[in-house]
Amino acid sequence: MKKYELFDHTADLGMEIYGRTKRDLFANAAFALFDVMIQDVRPPTKRGGKERLKIRTVQGADVEDLLVNFLRELLYGFNGLGWVLNRGSILACTNKKAVAQYDVETYHPKRHLIKTEIKAVTYHGLSVQKIKSGWKARVIFDV
Amino acid sequence: MSEIKLEKLDENRWLLPQTGAMRVPGIIYANEKIHDLLKHDESARQVANVAHLPGIVNFSLAMPDVHWGYGFPIGGVAAFDLETGVVSPGGVGYDINCGCRLMATRLTLPDIRDRLKELTEALYRRIPSGVGSTGYVKLSGKDQKKVLEEGAAWAVRAGYGTAQDLETTEDGGCIVGADSEKVSARALERGKQQLGTLGSGNHFLEIEAVEDIFDETAARVFGLSKGQIVIMIHTGSRGLGYQICDDFLALMVKHQTETGIALPDRQLACAYLSSGRGQNYLAAMACAANYAWANRQILMHLTREVLEKTLRVSPRELGMRLVYDVCHNIAKIEKFSVAGREKKLCVHRKGATRAYPAGHEDVPACYRSVGQPVLIPGDMGSGSYVLAGQAKAMDETFGSACHGAGRVMSRSQAIRSSRGRSISRELADRGVLVLAGSKGTLSEEMPEAYKNVHDVVEVVHDAGIAKKVARLKSIACIKG
Repeated sequence: MKKYELFDHTADLGMEIYGRTKRDLFANAAFALFDVMIQDVRPPTKRGGKERLKIRTVQGADVEDLLVNFLRELLYGFNGLGWVLNRGSILACTNKKAVAQYDVETYHPKRHLIKTEIKAVTYHGLSVQKIKSGWKARVIFDV
Repeated sequence: MSEIKLEKLDENRWLLPQTGAMRVPGIIYANEKIHDLLKHDESARQVANVAHLPGIVNFSLAMPDVHWGYGFPIGGVAAFDLETGVVSPGGVGYDINCGCRLMATRLTLPDIRDRLKELTEALYRRIPSGVGSTGYVKLSGKDQKKVLEEGAAWAVRAGYGTAQDLETTEDGGCIVGADSEKVSARALERGKQQLGTLGSGNHFLEIEAVEDIFDETAARVFGLSKGQIVIMIHTGSRGLGYQICDDFLALMVKHQTETGIALPDRQLACAYLSSGRGQNYLAAMACAANYAWANRQILMHLTREVLEKTLRVSPRELGMRLVYDVCHNIAKIEKFSVAGREKKLCVHRKGATRAYPAGHEDVPACYRSVGQPVLIPGDMGSGSYVLAGQAKAMDETFGSACHGAGRVMSRSQAIRSSRGRSISRELADRGVLVLAGSKGTLSEEMPEAYKNVHDVVEVVHDAGIAKKVARLKSIACIKG
């Protein structure tokens, strides 16, 4: 099963994300966000790319809002704190609450190439639905 | 694909009839060509969605550069009653007070032709641009509070420009009522490092030459003449504005059910203007707007220094003067005549420029005889326009006009169609020197990705909401 694909939006960037389970969907959404934004161009240096473990609990009014808040939190991690997400897993996920654990390293311009600058996660055209093979979400990002 | 049917009102306007839960009809400014482009995106649907919001006055409007955004269309204008209406962070946009600043000089093309490359490279080195760029103005917490509450005046006091610059900045470069206590710690943190930076994406600094004058009188009043070198800056409130929008959007989505307002799109999340949340948003939004004005003021100062140093000219010889600074992502409390009575309204301009006419008290005294300058940048190859606001804008568009050409191609479409081409070479062949931080940005921003700015401007001119004054040709451009 593919993790995500992009769709066209005039001013911004649309993403369709898939997952067998809801936890899978959220993990793939996190992967997709950083996969679109960053390309590793050099291996981590001993000094620079120190990994840190982060655990975050995110809440939302429903599963769509939860997904936006989850991606928002990760995006703030990059835009506000300079964290690049490496590996992550979703420890728990209901419709209103997700607990995520992930490894982050500090953004380094020589190691991380910014392919696409994602500036915000929007609610426009947002959907999270159960499909035959699992779960599918549509999210539009401001770029 | 939109199923919405538009009815032609005249050569430049299309009516979007009021249906379902829409509270008012919509009007889209477009000629036949632009109308055809509307069929390919969701912008007409978004004009209809905005018409669902409580307290909307007269019409949900879209300017001819309209295109598919999120929540509001880009190019959208909507005004709301202060008692019954709402304010929507999505109706302002993430980049609060994204705007344009046009500076005139005493130079002409022959003065810089031989040093153009050197000059552009010097500007590129001095003006921080690109993703996550940080400025050389490092703010203490106390200074940041002043920037947020005082705007461009803070920058002038700190030595970046003159008091005269404030006279030709929209609202004097400061929205009153800004309260930094309403700004989150996250937004403050993001704002600390980025004052005096251009950013990335469609933001730019451009050296342009005045190519055509359409209205001699207005051009003389604006201080523009054929062959003159001018500089245009397009940027906004950087990460600070994004974070403020995002914080309030999250808050309003969380409390949306309490307001009892049914929304066709969550991105339109809003709060009543009379509520605490609505007022808090306006106070925080004003902080971002003021930060953006300080940002463009500092960038103007840096540009002036680079020009003087590189061309070895004195400030007097350079004669750099701010023509105007206008914002195009904002919500403002302004006065309009509604059903024959003067009323204060909250006007949302999401990718739209204020366009006040001659005689209006908020047009700088030096321009009051001809109207407020309206700055319309086109794509990198087509250049820009300067217009002057007209009286009809007060009657029809809450004193607003378009803000640019408007995208027509998605970013990925643009990247696909630029494959195997050198956009910088193509632009060089058209006489435009471009320096950009990333090849991807150049592809995304290639000229074909935008509507023809000439078409967009003709609609605004023919509709009588702003008149053409001058056309500017791009000579060199720096982008993040």
